[in-house]
Amino acid sequence: MPTLAHYLIVSGLLFAIGLGGVLLRRNILIIFMGLELMLNAANLSLVAFSRFNLLADGMPNYNGQVLVFFIITVAAAEVAVGLAIIVALFRAKQTTHVEDLNTLKF
Amino acid sequence: MQLALFSIFSLLMLAFALGVILLRNPVSCAMCLVMSFVALAAVFVTLDAYFIAVVQVLVYAGAVMVLFLFIIMLLDLREEKRRRVRLSAWVGGGIVVGGFLSALTQVISALPSLDVVKPVVSHPMANDVALVGFALFRNFNLPFQIIGVLLLVATVGVVLLSKKELK
Repeated sequence: MPTLAHYLIVSGLLFAIGLGGVLLRRNILIIFMGLELMLNAANLSLVAFSRFNLLADGMPNYNGQVLVFFIITVAAAEVAVGLAIIVALFRAKQTTHVEDLNTLKF
Repeated sequence: MQLALFSIFSLLMLAFALGVILLRNPVSCAMCLVMSFVALAAVFVTLDAYFIAVVQVLVYAGAVMVLFLFIIMLLDLREEKRRRVRLSAWVGGGIVVGGFLSALTQVISALPSLDVVKPVVSHPMANDVALVGFALFRNFNLPFQIIGVLLLVATVGVVLLSKKELK
């Protein structure tokens, strides 16, 4: 049987992969995908905590799953707004490479 | 058996997640991300979170990734040209990720209470969707309504952002 530590390790690894993608990739769409990976790592640990923390009547603690539901909703809204911003950016600059987007650089 | 399923699907998920950040073609990155989300839904099933697993497939692997693929094809992104990699960026990113991983292993190995076996649910065939629904509409009704407003605001914002000329 997998234990809570297994789930937390997998979640941490997934978060590290997403963080690495955000830090190392230069394409703004791939950076956005890395953000999604990090959100999913948080979801995984929340669901694991919800399953392993049973209530007194032996049911899983559903508060964690409701929070995951909210995270998924907010992530969907965030993706829609973020992709609209990326499209607007592409219209203005014709690029998705972050090193070409240096207007605000001091 | 459970451990085998968990290992298979979590390894698949991590492998496809690595594919997302290692492949150079944005379309293959997006397809890897879809597979990673589907494998994550399978991991949710091993945690008896059936409703969340279905929502994960429908919303993430369905809606969100279709949006990503639309945008990739709309912008007509080709395979990235190999640019000179900045060594300092890779070293800095590696240090941050490695530091995070070492902190994580320290925390997990320092807590003995984490090594708990999954407790048995009292009603194994309990109606998962109904129970999530009870929690959602009884205890979290106000946040649920606020989330609805947030989605409306996001929709209006996207329509405004996509206009050619902002007036």
